[in-house]
Amino acid sequence: MVPIPDRKTALRIALVATAAASLAACAHRPKPSYPTTPPAAAAPAPRAETAPPPAPVSQQAIPGSEQDFVINVGDRVYFDFDKFQIRPDAQPILDAQAAWLVKYPAVSVRIEGNCDERGTREYNLALGARRANAVHDYLVAHGVSSGRITTISYGKERPIDPGSGEEADQHNRNAHTAITGGAASR
Amino acid sequence: MRFMSLAFAFVAALTLSFALAPPARAEIEVNVNRGDVQPLPIAIPPFGGPQGADIAGVISANLQRSGLFRPLDPASFVEHDLDPAVQPRFALWKQISAQALLNGQVTAENGQLRVAFRLWDVNAEQQLLGLEFTSTPDNWRRIAHKISDAVYERLTGEKGYFDTRVVFVAESGGRTAKVKRLAIMDQDGANPSYLTDGSFIVMTPRFSSNSQEITYMALRPEGSAVYLFNLETGRRESLGQFPGMVFAPRFSPDGSKVAFSVAHAGNSDVYVMDLHNRTSVRLTSDPAIDTSPSFSPDGRSIVFNSDRSGSPQLYVMGADGSNPHRISFGEGRYTTPVWSPTGEYIAFTKQTGGEFHIGVMKPDGSDERILTSSYLDEGPTWAPNGRVLMFAREAASGASRLWTVDVTGRILQPVPYPLGGSDPAWSPLLQ
Repeated sequence: MVPIPDRKTALRIALVATAAASLAACAHRPKPSYPTTPPAAAAPAPRAETAPPPAPVSQQAIPGSEQDFVINVGDRVYFDFDKFQIRPDAQPILDAQAAWLVKYPAVSVRIEGNCDERGTREYNLALGARRANAVHDYLVAHGVSSGRITTISYGKERPIDPGSGEEADQHNRNAHTAITGGAASR
Repeated sequence: MRFMSLAFAFVAALTLSFALAPPARAEIEVNVNRGDVQPLPIAIPPFGGPQGADIAGVISANLQRSGLFRPLDPASFVEHDLDPAVQPRFALWKQISAQALLNGQVTAENGQLRVAFRLWDVNAEQQLLGLEFTSTPDNWRRIAHKISDAVYERLTGEKGYFDTRVVFVAESGGRTAKVKRLAIMDQDGANPSYLTDGSFIVMTPRFSSNSQEITYMALRPEGSAVYLFNLETGRRESLGQFPGMVFAPRFSPDGSKVAFSVAHAGNSDVYVMDLHNRTSVRLTSDPAIDTSPSFSPDGRSIVFNSDRSGSPQLYVMGADGSNPHRISFGEGRYTTPVWSPTGEYIAFTKQTGGEFHIGVMKPDGSDERILTSSYLDEGPTWAPNGRVLMFAREAASGASRLWTVDVTGRILQPVPYPLGGSDPAWSPLLQ
């Protein structure tokens, strides 16, 4: 079972990945050339100097891109069993989503409501719809125009955690904000 | 794959040339209601003629799976090569403790198969049933199912359910990579075929009770749709556009209406559409989840699932939405109500004690009985005789298989379909 990272961990993982990517990029840059004397003349052997490591190339997400949204804002909030109310721990993420969407007014999103498997199929479709709508209403209340937001429920059809048990269930009770258009691209 | 309805010629009952003596003892009778009934030992030798062994095999499997019959091992039979036109040597069947004997003969003529069979009470030494079915050779399974229904009905007094099909969702892949395809098969798991290609989620199909039509819900990222699909013509049409997600479709008993749910601004309610004029009426109007409607067989009432009391429960209202009243009061959450075709029961899924259960209750909510229990049982559908339910059983691994249970809860069997499946819906008896 792959643990699903929370937003803080996801951010840390992303930064580490960014740094690793920069080092990898360094390895492929052409080596700096050292000065040499013409072969005929006897010359002192060139001294190899240790060059200081180059500054890492910044590979942070482009502002306004989907990657920016997923990594720096967070695209998923979680719910209690059989509930659709926005939890206190979800509010900062939705506040950040709203602020980001206000900052990038061309972006449209689809809110996807999801449920754990401990319910039947149609009831869970309805519950997922409640969750998607709750996120929609929160974003609208925080300045995002409703016309930019569509909602859908996947019920229990699209779990992100394939495990069974309370931990997996918690991951699967969520609403996912998917960007459907208007984001900056690399 | 298009369903081809094929005609059966049904010849008048076969009678023996010699007089029937009055029975030496009471006729054998199979009681579907007794919880402690011993399956009736029945001998079903291979029928004579082409496909005879296959036909007898399908009949044996049907009757065994019902839990009410115990087909005896053909290796133990003493009399062989029976001709249904001749009385069997009953002593040789009593010897192996058979109480009933079913023998038959298949004849190929004019490009058709004619199957004659007789059902005998071994101890009373008397014929109970003699019939003949004729159809095209590729229809031999339906002949076997029709014979199964005739035997079942003669011995139990109840109508059979073997010449039927089941529409369902065929599942493959792990929990986070599930592929769902609409599929249809015979009730014994034979002849499965796919009706959609797996590129989008499909859910909760239902049969019409009086036409070769099914309805189902499709879910794509762009939104959901409910379709009507005619199995004979292959014609598929959307029920229409709605102000929100549309789901949970089912036909009224006369086939003229479809009940369904729409989730508008997060609030799910029950609607009914008249298929003739395509007008919809909203039947529930409160902020609770209202879904999973199911018509009573007389079309006058609808049972549905609502959490207006705070948790999901069962409610019955008039087919016009009048007088909704709660009928479930046990400890737990009740969903997926389905009204039996005989009107006698409402089956449902119940969650309690950390497990899922299939259960039945009377339409007034009384006499609740739990029939199954597991990690995740859900979504019962009634066989047309109102005696057997098919449902999906999902393991903690995410693998979902189809099972049947009878209304006493005593006979629990896996459906022979070997692959993953969910959301079964049982057809009426085929014509």
